[in-house]
Amino acid sequence: MGRYVVRRLLQMIPVFIGATLLIFLMVNVMGDPVAGLCGDRQCDPATAAQLRKEFGLDKPVWQQYLTYLGNIFTGDFGTAFNGQPVTELMASAFPVTVRLTIVAILFEIVIGIVLGVVTGLRRGRPVDTGVLLLTLVVISVPTFVTGLLLQLLLGVEWGWIKPSVSTEATFGELIVPGLVLASVSLAYVTRLTRTSIAENKRSDYVRTAVAKGLPRRRVVTRHLLRNSLIPVVTFIGTDIGALMGGAIVTERIFNIHGVGYQLYQGILRQNTQTVVGFVTVLVLVFLVANLLVDLLYAVLDPRIRYA
Amino acid sequence: MPEPTPPEYQLPGAARTPQNGAVADTGMGGAMDLATAEGETLERPPDAGPPERDAEGDAEGAAGERARSLWSDAWRELRRNPVFIVAALVILFLVFISLWPGSITWMSPLKCELSKAQEGSQPGHPFGFDGQGCDVYTRVVYGARTSVTVGFLATLGVALLGSVLGGLAGFFGGAGDSVLSRITDIFFAIPVVLGGLVLLSVVTSNTVWPVIGFMVLLGWPQISRIARGSVITAKQHDYVQAARALGASHSRVLLRHITPNAVAPVIVVATIALGTYISLEATLSYLGVGLKPPTVSWGIDISAASPYIRNAPHALLWPSGALAVTVLAFIMLGDAVRDALDPKLR
Repeated sequence: MGRYVVRRLLQMIPVFIGATLLIFLMVNVMGDPVAGLCGDRQCDPATAAQLRKEFGLDKPVWQQYLTYLGNIFTGDFGTAFNGQPVTELMASAFPVTVRLTIVAILFEIVIGIVLGVVTGLRRGRPVDTGVLLLTLVVISVPTFVTGLLLQLLLGVEWGWIKPSVSTEATFGELIVPGLVLASVSLAYVTRLTRTSIAENKRSDYVRTAVAKGLPRRRVVTRHLLRNSLIPVVTFIGTDIGALMGGAIVTERIFNIHGVGYQLYQGILRQNTQTVVGFVTVLVLVFLVANLLVDLLYAVLDPRIRYA
Repeated sequence: MPEPTPPEYQLPGAARTPQNGAVADTGMGGAMDLATAEGETLERPPDAGPPERDAEGDAEGAAGERARSLWSDAWRELRRNPVFIVAALVILFLVFISLWPGSITWMSPLKCELSKAQEGSQPGHPFGFDGQGCDVYTRVVYGARTSVTVGFLATLGVALLGSVLGGLAGFFGGAGDSVLSRITDIFFAIPVVLGGLVLLSVVTSNTVWPVIGFMVLLGWPQISRIARGSVITAKQHDYVQAARALGASHSRVLLRHITPNAVAPVIVVATIALGTYISLEATLSYLGVGLKPPTVSWGIDISAASPYIRNAPHALLWPSGALAVTVLAFIMLGDAVRDALDPKLR
């Protein structure tokens, strides 16, 4: 197990360096970081040169990248367009997005797994076909369309919820946005659980358990679920990072002042430091989630750690 | 060295086991997860045995008909599948109206009358008007062209780049393969919407090319991972050994023996991916970093209609519906093709 952990940690280092380098190159080579600092007008050459010198943009690219990497490690993400440090924006934005993600994950676990187990145990019945078709439809409709439709129906037409979320963004207000954020993954979790259950239902240990005369309930919860949920758990784990990154769409629809909102403001005002800072942190979250899931995988499934 | 993964590690339906790479490919969203999962189930290890022909097929073969290939079998299967027929008809219709939008519209999508803003359905304007007084029907029809163009070109680029790189890495193995696997990990580490925000927010071009380029840049690792796995599986078959023993060159083995047997998962994933790219283009346009006006795109129209959602929901619903049906058609098509190509389901 120890060797496995060390190997995964070592594998993460090049991925981290590569991903940050990729983000860095996207911004600094493809675009012009000082373009947004002069507002809508074109910068005059002398000001631009002065700004470049001030931010160290006249140095070679590799040196800039090292500075950027050094700043990440010391927790310095630069300043936003309004002079606030980006870290302060993060401190106010991340709790909101984390709450939203928690709601989404809960939906995935509860609805996704229940539907998956129900359909997996009744493979080929009308319930199974219906849910399967429904998941395809949910997967096909882009999140922002689902979000806008739910906002229109629940918020505007029927008045069940407030169409937009207040700045506090309490758990209660985040239920519908969380469902929207979770929708696509939810459908996928359902399919994943269904396949896994249906496959394992034919396995020898389930047949043995049934032959022993165990009650059906015990066979399902103790023998079938425990083994079938391993891929589901790991999928949900890695999905945490993807959900936090994808929350930008949901946050835009419901006007939630989370990470997505700050990112969007950063883009509108062409503030590279805000955008790069937030994206870097989100990528880090994604990588850490991946790492934890792989370790969890090794704990849950011994075949992995002895491989 | 390509590690021949023993089948017992392949958990059923698992999105990924840690062997496949250091980073999960969940950053593209659920639809792409579906695509890769469906593609992976098509990779048939050699010890699974050849697909069993049914008695009917043998009888036909004995009757002097040429032995049917996997592809002609799949085609026969598909022609009888109503899901495939519906999806294919929807896609053909989309392609038709993107090539000749003038055949079912009679106005320019850019001709708008502000005095008619947000008005509902009227004779000659079945879908009503949007917030700027443009005809929603015309814009929905013209929007198909953008979506189909972006979808097809991005898929073409991703499929070519991904399958060539992944296929070569899987075939030759060695250091190149390890390097490619680490590079795909790096690309998987960036969730796609975030990558789009960063890259496309600094690009100022008004054409569709930056969006297509971005999709190819972040999309190829998916296909590459699939193609690599598929080639590694195909490589272990006996007929490849036989071809080698007969002195076939690398290129001949790769082109004549491996490619035809490894291409099925790539086709399935690419078909579903086409739908996800259309959806991704709309999402990025909705966020304001994808395509920009005056390009007519469903994503732009949905984004423009969302402030008027109370007064003119029709301006939002029609393009959303068109988008959803399009993406659904491609995913259904990919799903049907997958089922037809899977010998286990026969």
